[in-house]
Amino acid sequence: MVRIGGFIVGVGFVFALLLGIFDTVYNWIKEPPAATAEHEFHAHPKKVDFSFNGFFGKYDNRQLQRGLQVYKEVCAACHSLRLVSFRDLEALGYSEGQVKTIAKGFQVPSLNPETGEPATRDGSPADRFPLVYANDVAARAANNNAIPPDLSLMAKARHDGSNYVYSLLTGYKDQKGYKNEKGEELLKHFPEAKTPEGLHFNPYFATLNLAMAQPLKDGQVTYSDGTAATLDNYAKDVSAFLTWTAEPKMEARKTAGLATLIFLVIFCFLAYGAKKQIWRNVKD
Amino acid sequence: MSFPWAKQYEPKHPVMKWVDDRLPLPRFVYNAVGAGYPVPRNLNYFWNFGVLAGMFLAFQLVTGIVLAMHYAANAGIAFDSVEHIMRDVNAGWFLRYAHANGASMFLLVVYIHIARGLWYGSYKAPREMVWLLGVVIFLLMMATAFMGYVLPWGQMSFWGAQVITGFFSAIPGVGETIRVWLLGGFAPDNAALNRFFSLHYLLPFVIVGVVILHIWALHIPGSSNPTGVEVKSEQDTVPFHPYYTAKDGVGVGVALLVFAALIFFAPNMLGHPDNYVPANPLSTPAHIVPEWYFLPFYAILKSFTIDFIFPAKLWGVLAMFGSILLLFFLPWLDTSPVRSANYRPTYKWFLLVLLVDVLVLGYIGGASPTPGVILIGQIATVYYFLHFLVILPIVSAMERPRPLPNSITEAVLGGKGGTAQTALAAE
Amino acid sequence: MATHDDAVTQDGAIDAPADPRRRDYLAIGAVAWAGVGAGVVALPLINQMSPSADVLALSTTELDVSAIQPGQSVKASFRKQPLFVRNLTQKEIDEANAVPVSDLRDPQTLAQRTKEGKQNWLITLGVCTHLGCVPLGAGEGENKGPFGGYFCPCHGSAYDTAGRIRTGPAPTNLHVPEYEFISDTAIRVG
Repeated sequence: MVRIGGFIVGVGFVFALLLGIFDTVYNWIKEPPAATAEHEFHAHPKKVDFSFNGFFGKYDNRQLQRGLQVYKEVCAACHSLRLVSFRDLEALGYSEGQVKTIAKGFQVPSLNPETGEPATRDGSPADRFPLVYANDVAARAANNNAIPPDLSLMAKARHDGSNYVYSLLTGYKDQKGYKNEKGEELLKHFPEAKTPEGLHFNPYFATLNLAMAQPLKDGQVTYSDGTAATLDNYAKDVSAFLTWTAEPKMEARKTAGLATLIFLVIFCFLAYGAKKQIWRNVKD
Repeated sequence: MSFPWAKQYEPKHPVMKWVDDRLPLPRFVYNAVGAGYPVPRNLNYFWNFGVLAGMFLAFQLVTGIVLAMHYAANAGIAFDSVEHIMRDVNAGWFLRYAHANGASMFLLVVYIHIARGLWYGSYKAPREMVWLLGVVIFLLMMATAFMGYVLPWGQMSFWGAQVITGFFSAIPGVGETIRVWLLGGFAPDNAALNRFFSLHYLLPFVIVGVVILHIWALHIPGSSNPTGVEVKSEQDTVPFHPYYTAKDGVGVGVALLVFAALIFFAPNMLGHPDNYVPANPLSTPAHIVPEWYFLPFYAILKSFTIDFIFPAKLWGVLAMFGSILLLFFLPWLDTSPVRSANYRPTYKWFLLVLLVDVLVLGYIGGASPTPGVILIGQIATVYYFLHFLVILPIVSAMERPRPLPNSITEAVLGGKGGTAQTALAAE
Repeated sequence: MATHDDAVTQDGAIDAPADPRRRDYLAIGAVAWAGVGAGVVALPLINQMSPSADVLALSTTELDVSAIQPGQSVKASFRKQPLFVRNLTQKEIDEANAVPVSDLRDPQTLAQRTKEGKQNWLITLGVCTHLGCVPLGAGEGENKGPFGGYFCPCHGSAYDTAGRIRTGPAPTNLHVPEYEFISDTAIRVG
């Protein structure tokens, strides 16, 4: 009974699928899917040799501090960092006093104690980085109908995030004459992919054109530790900083991981030895 | 059931005797997993996976309860509460990563456990009930995992909930009503999130209950073994403790190694970056994909593209659920008197093809839907249903199996799966 | 190779140990090592219930007291509880010092409850030590009770100008939290 019922159901599903297979093949031959500009010209992120890569990777605090500087002087104009508290910055090697000073440099929401109207006050270490815009509508109004995303998790919210941020920031290109690895020219193959008004071409961005103009240029930020004031360095440093904002516990995680793996490898040897010992007289 | 030669519980310590006289729990443990439970001596490492599944269930319960002390199930703050756990709660990052990757480990271990069942015919009489309860556990696990993934309220949480609850609207007539009732609204929102949290907390305890029944049902006939030949005498068995407690210890060590490697060095590898973006009902992600353990079923769902009597969407939903529900009927679809595929030379090849087929379906479920991908998915889905509903009944009825060993002991000592002749010669 | 199957050994202990010195030690070692691991894993599971970093960050509060005139007091917040900051007048200080300490349920002098050289600054939690209500007297125009300090409307506990319990069911004086003057006009509590 079960087998008969099952057979009928099976034949039913298979028949519906065969119709689908026929349809798929037919349409594939009749109308092969067209390649899209995004598919052919989207570039994979460039690989950066970050200090925090790998099993034993660690953050470079100097680099993170430079990245914070780039964020404050350039990115903070539009991008919030709302999940990071000022007190977290002590992990970058700042003293309590330095953290207080950084916090004071930002205005956080507060209330006027007399009238109860919304007001702002100087930030304190317990506060988080404040939002830039009051709400999404204000954000769009100020940025050509695009919302600058919060950057706290950007390095985890994109595939290969750390390399992606670096590649995006250094990846702005002139669309005219742009060729991909195969040597095909974008505008020749996909003339309709011309960058719309108000957007900017960047092959590292998923849809190739994004609302943010190139934010960083050589010489824009002056580093106090002598690191060269180049776009490449800014991009690396701010990308490292954003990796930290997304994963502040990375170093603790890797250290705990190493200890755990060593512990478990030893345990496996002990367990296997014990098993062999206990089973020594039993052929199995 | 215990075998007649099973050791009896004799408490030596006076405290244990005192407890046992009043509440036979020590005796119960002794007979279930102690020296009082005889088990076939020839179980291989595939038999570890049931215990590993129980272990990961326990891990999920502990990490989950602890996470629930800090999580807030309200659409306005759920995402931020998870980030609060990751950043501010002491060792919160460890708990969160352990719970997220623990779910993957739990399902990985259960899939291998199911594969063992398929290969060695563990679902056959007299163990059909063990298998049925197991399929129930699997369904409960999938529901729990789905609801758990919604809780962080990221983009994939929201859109995954949107897609999965959308299935119900495929049911003709009442479908949309059921969907709205499930969600408590017209789209996933605070109502859905709150009830998913409640049910996500509840179902694992239901799973524990069904697991107890599952093990109880197993202990009636006792464990099967790689030959599929039942236990005949004392020589065929060893007591569970210390033999299989030790062997399980090795399995636990290896499983924990894999688990630790994931948590500490690749905590986001099995996840999706889009879930680190807060849920936005106005912006659909480019590729909505479920977690890896749902991918084969997702591929089956997407394989039905033509309306034929039913709309294609309904076919897809029916096939997706059908692909799991047919497992309930496995003991009656497979009529071979031989349990283990080791002794079923024809069937075992089909089983290997099925294994590859499921892996292919898994890949297809996550791939971009180009015509080539869709086609392979459709062919793989055809094989999946053919295997269980057409091939298996026919092959199991017609197959000529290899001769079975007379007993487990003979199989183990005889070397090459001996026959009655070789066994006599060896004695 | 043995012709009789010695798998009949049901229990490793019954089997005559081939090498008694090596017997069981691996098993004991493995279990002990696992126990160590279990203990180490238990630590984060227990520690996660301790206050998280954001709660600890709010465990101190800084206040500017320059605006508070003698005779005035303000209600502030400290660890999410009410904090009473009062600038005592000389009359209030004298009243407090005139009370014989032996008469008090919870004997303390005003000097013990304030900082040296800043006896006029009375900083206490605004939580009645009876059952936790917020006493009156810190706000403008509130009832300061029969002793001119604070008065709890819930069950009638009355505190004096040094925040000490005088009548009513409260067992101890209003709690003075740890604080210090970080400048002449600002304090840090906690």
